[in-house]
Amino acid sequence: MSGARIELWQVGAALALVALAAAVSRLWRADLERDIAVATVRSIVQLTLVGYAIKVVFDADEMWLVVAMLAAMALFGALTARRRAARVPVAFGPLLVALGTAGAATLGLVVALGIFEPTPRYLVPVGGMVIGNAMTASAVALNRLGDEVAASRARIEATLALGATAREAAAPVVRRALRSGMISIVDSTKTTGLIFFPGTMVGMLLAGAEVTDAVRLQLILLYVILGAVSIAALLATALARRGFFTAAHQLRDPDEPAPAGGGRRAGAAA
Amino acid sequence: MLFELRDVALARGGRPVLEGVTASIPVGATAVVGPSGSGKSTLLRLLNRLADPGSGEVLYRGRPLAAYEPLALRREVALVPQLPALLEGTVASNLAYAARLAGEPLDVPGCLRRAGLAPELAERDVERLSVGEQQRAMLARALAQRPAVLLLDEPTSALDPDARDAVEATLAELRRETGISLVIVSHDPEQARRLGEWELVLRDGRVARCGPAAGAPA
Repeated sequence: MSGARIELWQVGAALALVALAAAVSRLWRADLERDIAVATVRSIVQLTLVGYAIKVVFDADEMWLVVAMLAAMALFGALTARRRAARVPVAFGPLLVALGTAGAATLGLVVALGIFEPTPRYLVPVGGMVIGNAMTASAVALNRLGDEVAASRARIEATLALGATAREAAAPVVRRALRSGMISIVDSTKTTGLIFFPGTMVGMLLAGAEVTDAVRLQLILLYVILGAVSIAALLATALARRGFFTAAHQLRDPDEPAPAGGGRRAGAAA
Repeated sequence: MLFELRDVALARGGRPVLEGVTASIPVGATAVVGPSGSGKSTLLRLLNRLADPGSGEVLYRGRPLAAYEPLALRREVALVPQLPALLEGTVASNLAYAARLAGEPLDVPGCLRRAGLAPELAERDVERLSVGEQQRAMLARALAQRPAVLLLDEPTSALDPDARDAVEATLAELRRETGISLVIVSHDPEQARRLGEWELVLRDGRVARCGPAAGAPA
């Protein structure tokens, strides 16, 4: 695909589809026009900036730049996911730990196994996929966790009243939250190649790679993402769960301010 | 004294729920009465530390509640909330869960009988119980822990008069048989009179009266 030239007017033409999306939203009063506009502007600005940033990282070929870039991704990922977790008293710390750990553990493993060379060429795109998917999964999981706790307050308190620990009393809602965070990646892994074509494999085939190589690499990526998603969803829900309870195993009042300090401080992710 | 409350205050969302509550609850059966919104359920929640007061102190058998390990305290002082909230599964699995937490041997038929439930309900899924049955299953589950004190929040609110009488008889019998202490929240002064030897009346989050119930049963 190298040498493919995309003109600005072509990008502009593709925007017609965005206009269509906005029109549909308006027609059905889905109230998404503003979000669509913000998403469009942000995609232009972010991709332009990141495109140049990635070029700088590739050209410099310095590991610390790669680590800094992945840390920034985890940070923005946690900030973005936090907005989906409005009903979770302490979300940012758990999300940052979840994304940082998921990224570090899975990238560390594939590098240690010699699957990818520890170079910016591999770590930046793979890290982006890993952290992006981990972010989506943990955002969904925490969003669900907040809703589940709100809906199950009576049952959680009744279980605490029996002398169950906060962890035991929250286990059913944590289980459901974890499930909803992971289900979409499990489903998309199941249907991969049938419903959607994974980008990396298609890209490699277009670039003239052997089919076996392209398939194997894509499989590794799918498994790495699946692993990262489960680590992230598990950590995010397990850590965020604590914010709902006091040390004396009491369920906090929903209108009580979030606990100071937020339980987990997470400098470790960088 | 079983419980003592000393100048207890608690606010929720900036609104005071309990204010300057000083009261004692002796061993035996105590009825906590008052109109809805008077702070009865909140007071009950303080007694097994589902919540802590904003200020003031609660003592259990002469020691501050905070000195007890909360989980052990809740197994000894069991609270049955007003809203039935059983865990997914069967009635028996709920009883087994409670008994396991308390480290007590499991006697499903015995607990069901004492709560006024037929033994064949043991294997029924909790989703298939009526609200009244759920309420009694909650009582049976608390009994499975063999608590020393039972805190009951409107234990008969979802029951018809016959079922209500059965639960009241059960509580009186339980009290005679096991010497368990009861703290019963009720909006119904008649019920309070039938069940309580001691009466704590709340109005607008304050103590209106605390003392032996008029015409308390022997």
